[in-house]
Amino acid sequence: MSGQIEHAHTIVGPRVYTTILFALLLGTALTVWASFIDLGFWNPIIALVIATTKAVLVVLFFMHVKYSTKLTKLTVCAGIFTFLILISLTLADYFSRAWGSW
Amino acid sequence: MPDSHAIAHEDVEAANAACTANSAGAEHPSYLRHHFNSTEQQADASNFAMWLFLLTEVMFFGGLFTAYLIYRNWYYPAFVSGSHQLNVVWGATNTLVLIFSSFTMAMAVWCAETRRRRGLVLCLALTFILGLGFLGIKAIEYSEKIEKHHVPGLHYSLSSFLDPAHDEAASVAGDNPLLLDMARKTEIYFSLYFLMTGMHALHMIIGIGILGFMIFRARAGAYTAGHVTFVENFGLYWHFIDIIWIYLFALLYLISRH
Repeated sequence: MSGQIEHAHTIVGPRVYTTILFALLLGTALTVWASFIDLGFWNPIIALVIATTKAVLVVLFFMHVKYSTKLTKLTVCAGIFTFLILISLTLADYFSRAWGSW
Repeated sequence: MPDSHAIAHEDVEAANAACTANSAGAEHPSYLRHHFNSTEQQADASNFAMWLFLLTEVMFFGGLFTAYLIYRNWYYPAFVSGSHQLNVVWGATNTLVLIFSSFTMAMAVWCAETRRRRGLVLCLALTFILGLGFLGIKAIEYSEKIEKHHVPGLHYSLSSFLDPAHDEAASVAGDNPLLLDMARKTEIYFSLYFLMTGMHALHMIIGIGILGFMIFRARAGAYTAGHVTFVENFGLYWHFIDIIWIYLFALLYLISRH
């Protein structure tokens, strides 16, 4: 029935969603556990790496970007790239200005 | 009754009519707007537009995250002590609640695509309930902050930071007393905490409102007759809110915990 309306549209099924659900639960457990260990400089980096991994899983599978058109993929990548430029240049400026005087 | 321009109505009859018209060999379903060549093109266009909207949201929340990182770097001791006042158990519980709600929302999209009306209603209802659960836990957390006078403003109290030995959360975390000047900067931490979680909660409230509307329409079979764009795009919005929370949880609750 749906074939005649949705031509190239990929339907992502419960199996993929369940796998991603467990991966996200695992990531949450991991990041809470890691936050209680004193790793100094690495604590925020590990937390952000785990958060980003979880976000990428959500974007690719729950939000179907893996199965989307090239236009959507390009839009998402371009948007995140622009965001990273904005945030990294801003932070680089603030963190290097008046070094040590705050 | 909807005529051949029923596209704008988009009601249940139109969707059902589309289904019968389609199987009867008509050219296109009634939900296909006339400026699109095909339903596929229409779906791609709305998917693209939804992503553009979400990117504006990324920039909006991104500004708040950037402000948070800058101030955390400037007033690091205040931000660590401020963060220790948050309850990791509630934060982690809310993360799990949102992850489950994202899962049920993803399943709702699948149900709509495979035309399972009862499954769709069930999944949307579960998402709705989990969303309310998130807000309930958030309300508990906010009331803790209100009781301890950690809401920025006239009644803001510095005692948890000047005298951490007499504060349960601070003594568990082993906080050292802050100097008055630095202790005052915890107000910036809590301003950003309420701003970021408040904007996130506002998005949740809007999402829950739309979910209620969708449950109502899904019961009438509106999304299980081939036209699933609304459910799909709402799914994108809901997952986006989940992603924002994943970062909020890491940045506000976790990175100063050790």
